[in-house]
Amino acid sequence: MNPTDLAIQAKVQAEQAMSLAERAMAAAHAIQPLAEAAHPFLLLLTIFLLACFVGYYVVWSVTPALHSPLMGVTNAISSVIVVGAILAAGMAESPTARVFGFLGVTLASVNIFGGFIVTRRMLAMFKRKG
Amino acid sequence: METISTLAYLVASVLFILALRGLSHPESSRQGNMFGMVGMGIAVLATLFHQGIDAGGFALIIVAIAIGGSIGTVLARRIQMTSLPQLVAFFHSLVGMAAVFVAAAAFYSPESFGIGTQGHIKPSSLVEMTLGLAIGAVTFSGSLIAFAKLDGRMSGAPILFRNQHWLNLGLGILMLVLAIAFITTGHPLLFWAIALLAFGLGFLLIIPIGGADMPVVVSMLNSYSGWAAAGIGFTVGNLLLIVTGALVGASGAILSYIMCKGMNRSIINVLLGGFGTDPSAAAATGGSAGPARPVKAGSAEDAAYIMKNAQKIIIVPGYGMAVAQAQQVVREMADLLKKEGVEVSYAIHPVAGRMPGHMNVLLAEANVPYDDVHELEEINPEFAEADVAYVIGANDVTNPAAKTDKSSAIYGMPILDVEKAKTVFFVKRGMASGYAGVENELFFRDNTMMLFGDAKKVTQQIVQALQK
Repeated sequence: MNPTDLAIQAKVQAEQAMSLAERAMAAAHAIQPLAEAAHPFLLLLTIFLLACFVGYYVVWSVTPALHSPLMGVTNAISSVIVVGAILAAGMAESPTARVFGFLGVTLASVNIFGGFIVTRRMLAMFKRKG
Repeated sequence: METISTLAYLVASVLFILALRGLSHPESSRQGNMFGMVGMGIAVLATLFHQGIDAGGFALIIVAIAIGGSIGTVLARRIQMTSLPQLVAFFHSLVGMAAVFVAAAAFYSPESFGIGTQGHIKPSSLVEMTLGLAIGAVTFSGSLIAFAKLDGRMSGAPILFRNQHWLNLGLGILMLVLAIAFITTGHPLLFWAIALLAFGLGFLLIIPIGGADMPVVVSMLNSYSGWAAAGIGFTVGNLLLIVTGALVGASGAILSYIMCKGMNRSIINVLLGGFGTDPSAAAATGGSAGPARPVKAGSAEDAAYIMKNAQKIIIVPGYGMAVAQAQQVVREMADLLKKEGVEVSYAIHPVAGRMPGHMNVLLAEANVPYDDVHELEEINPEFAEADVAYVIGANDVTNPAAKTDKSSAIYGMPILDVEKAKTVFFVKRGMASGYAGVENELFFRDNTMMLFGDAKKVTQQIVQALQK
């Protein structure tokens, strides 16, 4: 094999490698929006599942005598949905969205104040002997 | 700014977990509740000072918090502890509706949450939005029905009609079709169609469930309100909402499980509804009376005499005691007996009352110390050593037939072993059966003495006799 043939072969292989690299890049580009969409969702899902486990173990450790206050507290904290409503009421472009945000903040606030206060009332009554 | 609010949400999540953790003991519970309030405060403040919120919006939000906050404060301060379950059901409905509003806001202003532009919302966000919306709407209407049933604004009797479950199944399938259409097109009409259908479903799912099963329903709706919050959390990509939703969802699911176990029923059985109204079962048990079986009836004076000379007394309160507003006078009776040197404790069945833990709150309200109050597993072995079991306002949960009679509607339900006490006093208005429509075996036992009359009056008479 003379040096010229070797050079030609090397050139062909280099061109092939180049085209493969280009295809790989195109594929990566095509996948990118998908990856961007999937990645945060998987992260959120992971957090959600871990929080379910935390909830499971923490709630089993709640004494049955305090199951009513437990409902009061969970009721109050589930109104943290107010966060979404505040963003809508405070920064939405569309007036419709602002109205929904306003209503959401109002309802969630009833719950936040009501839930924590009624729980505090319940817990204040639990007293030890003597 | 973004980092600060994310950190604030993380702190709030941890505080919420600590709030639940505090409830493992009454002593740490008050601090736990404080953690919850601080966590909520941090979350709200971090959101309020978000850079995108303009002055007009800020004012709008303050007004909304002021209106909602004062309504909530008044409701929570005024409510009587016997009506607690209604209040909680009502609050659940508000969480559900708030979820619907936030979903609608996100739909009309997706830019605010970074999920696309009006009319071009990311399909994955539409899926999450649909979940939050549908669960929220079901929670709203379902909780309203539970509220109406608990509050007596609507009969507690199950509402049944032919092909009910097929109708629900059909509507469920329709919901799925609408959801798929909405996710692919993003049309506003479909958004509202899903909301309407979910309202209808929530209503239809709860009407067949009887008043006696409301503790399960209230727990279940508690769970739903959590899942709705988590769904919205996914839609708007907020970690705090997702974590809190998961905590609340898990909590409600566990409470539902405990309530079902307390009645030896499966959740499916509860949801299909109609319990306690089966006419054939009522006829079989109630009608079998034929010649009335003999029961021993006693007077308050007899009861006072026996209790004064007892060493160990266990009081078994049920929801009937709360209806008669007798908890205060029961505690007076217990105090007098304790002065005579009698050991007095209380036994609570998991499903006593109208929501999980309701009876504990009612006793605490009447100044019964919490270390005198015991759960079923804890106290059952002690009945055999007790001289007296004083059953007031409870019925089905003391029926020994649950242990022996396989044909009984309550067979397999865990019960308080009241019949093992030397003497059982059963305070009751008449011979009517309990919620399950089953006659109580206990009435006809040799060691049972019936004290006929209103729970409060009978106990007052005993108190008077003890004071002599």
